[in-house]
Amino acid sequence: MYTFAEKALARAAGITSARAGDVLDIQPDVVFSHDNSAAILRIFNQIGAPAVNRPERLAITLDHAAPAPTTAHAQNHADIRAFAAQHGIRLFEVGRGICHQVLSEEGIVLPGEVVMGADSHTPHFGWLGAFGMGVGRTEVAALWATGTLWIRVPETLQITLAGHIPMGVTAKDIALAILGRWTVEGAAYRAVEFAGDALASIPLDDRPVLPNMMSEFGAISAFMPPDQAVIDYVSARASRPFTPLYPDADAVYSAQSTLDVSTLEPLIALPDQPDRVVPVSQATGTPIQQAFVGTCTGGRYSDLAAAAAVVRGRKLRARLIVIPASAQVLSRAVRSGVLQDLIDAGAALGTPGCGPCMGNHLGVPAPNEVTISAGSRNFKGRMGTAGAPVYLANAAVVAASAVAGQIVSPQDIIDGETFRAEGSA
Amino acid sequence: MSTHRVWVYGDNVNTDLIYPGKYTYTLRADADIRAKALEDLDPGFVSAVQPGDVIVAGRNWGCGSSREQAVTALRLCGVQAIIAASFGGLYFRNCINQGVHPIVLPEIAGIVHTGDVIEIDREAGVVRAAGREFVIPPLPDSVRAILDAGGLLPMLQARFSALSTPVKPEFAP
Ligand code: SF4
Repeated sequence: MYTFAEKALARAAGITSARAGDVLDIQPDVVFSHDNSAAILRIFNQIGAPAVNRPERLAITLDHAAPAPTTAHAQNHADIRAFAAQHGIRLFEVGRGICHQVLSEEGIVLPGEVVMGADSHTPHFGWLGAFGMGVGRTEVAALWATGTLWIRVPETLQITLAGHIPMGVTAKDIALAILGRWTVEGAAYRAVEFAGDALASIPLDDRPVLPNMMSEFGAISAFMPPDQAVIDYVSARASRPFTPLYPDADAVYSAQSTLDVSTLEPLIALPDQPDRVVPVSQATGTPIQQAFVGTCTGGRYSDLAAAAAVVRGRKLRARLIVIPASAQVLSRAVRSGVLQDLIDAGAALGTPGCGPCMGNHLGVPAPNEVTISAGSRNFKGRMGTAGAPVYLANAAVVAASAVAGQIVSPQDIIDGETFRAEGSA
Repeated sequence: MSTHRVWVYGDNVNTDLIYPGKYTYTLRADADIRAKALEDLDPGFVSAVQPGDVIVAGRNWGCGSSREQAVTALRLCGVQAIIAASFGGLYFRNCINQGVHPIVLPEIAGIVHTGDVIEIDREAGVVRAAGREFVIPPLPDSVRAILDAGGLLPMLQARFSALSTPVKPEFAP
């Protein structure tokens, strides 16, 4: 009868059922914000609310420009620290990591819950079976003041991932395939529900990429049905009980599509829009000056490990910036030796956080410099410089391109070395 | 009924083009935020825009980031309404919250040009452009109320100031 979005939003509204199109007042289980909390608290202070409503539901991360690159950023952070301390709001300090990664690691967002974040990639939490939605600054201030916000229950688009995922194809490639096929407005105003046997074979670490990047697809939210692996992950971290929600078998969808993942290969999004997607082979040979492994969709442990496997024992022809998504990712990469491999090859390491993803610091390109990024967004000017094109690909392709100084796939590097070795023998 | 000069833009204009991400944490003053509107899309906009102007755009206007300044900057330029074939979902909400009317009209983008004048008749619920008339899709009442209040902040301010007005008790038990 009901989609996941209908069930989760009805629960958050305290009513028994809701349908797509209904306008509800809901009380989200978790509300978070990041460096933009400085602007949010200024709006909150204008509202005239006597106190912050249920501060135990709130979380703030300092991640988008951290450590502070300028005095203005530093003042924002100082204002946020003082406000959080005054109102008893959980604060994750500079260096802890990116909001979406940290709130997952900390067991703050749980299956079946509704989370609203002052960040457009909040659909990320669909990997945990939660309804995640981005909201604006005034909306977060309103949530701090009242705990309640209106929402129109979205229609849902169901995407079934069928087939076996080939070697070298990651969740980033699946997300790019969806964008390439159905464009940046393919899900406009709607929620996305994933289904299909291929989901279970996506490694846990890689799963958040899919719902996260559905924000590039125009989706309000995105959901993956939590399997036992997710329930185990959450159970080890959660500090309160939770009840997962699943769509009904006879839920009503606005559209249903199937993507056969067995025919996919590593993909790349050409500059200025994440749906300008072609196979990496079609962009091969494009010179690059900067390669970036990081962000909420390209800075997880599996990304660093994939990049390390490519650069191990090789030298870089373009600069490679590596920024772990969180301190836990960094710590794991230190212990496993992955970080050593990256540093030995010549990578530059940044503090866990967003890095140059949205052009604040730690890798802003010069005009006309070309960047290949493991992130999710390549709009004109996104990394801080309007005339500096950005390509998007998975972390192994990014690392291979850093080795070659031009866009290549990891296999191209191995093939090239084999060829040279045979030629000189 | 009011008349408005229009600025026409295309499909999939994202929030980085409307208000670049690099300014989101540092600029606070209205004049500074206003000055960055459409910086990477239409550098001539800020100096030529006049209060009362409206934007007419194609599909998916305001896709991308949730940044509210992508609406605020235009509001500070005096933009009174944004008409688009469709909106990014978060941008649509931010418009409501900033008191800028988001009007979904797929038919209008192709028939007007920058500098043309259109009419918005809120009482009749129509837009008149290029000799034709288009019905403004109605908003749910609760959402319309936010717009009518001038946005979410003024609405909440009114609500909390009403709450804090001392009420003389009828009787003391
Ligand atoms: S890493 Fe990039 S996309 Fe992710 S939250 Fe930070 S700025 Fe946004």
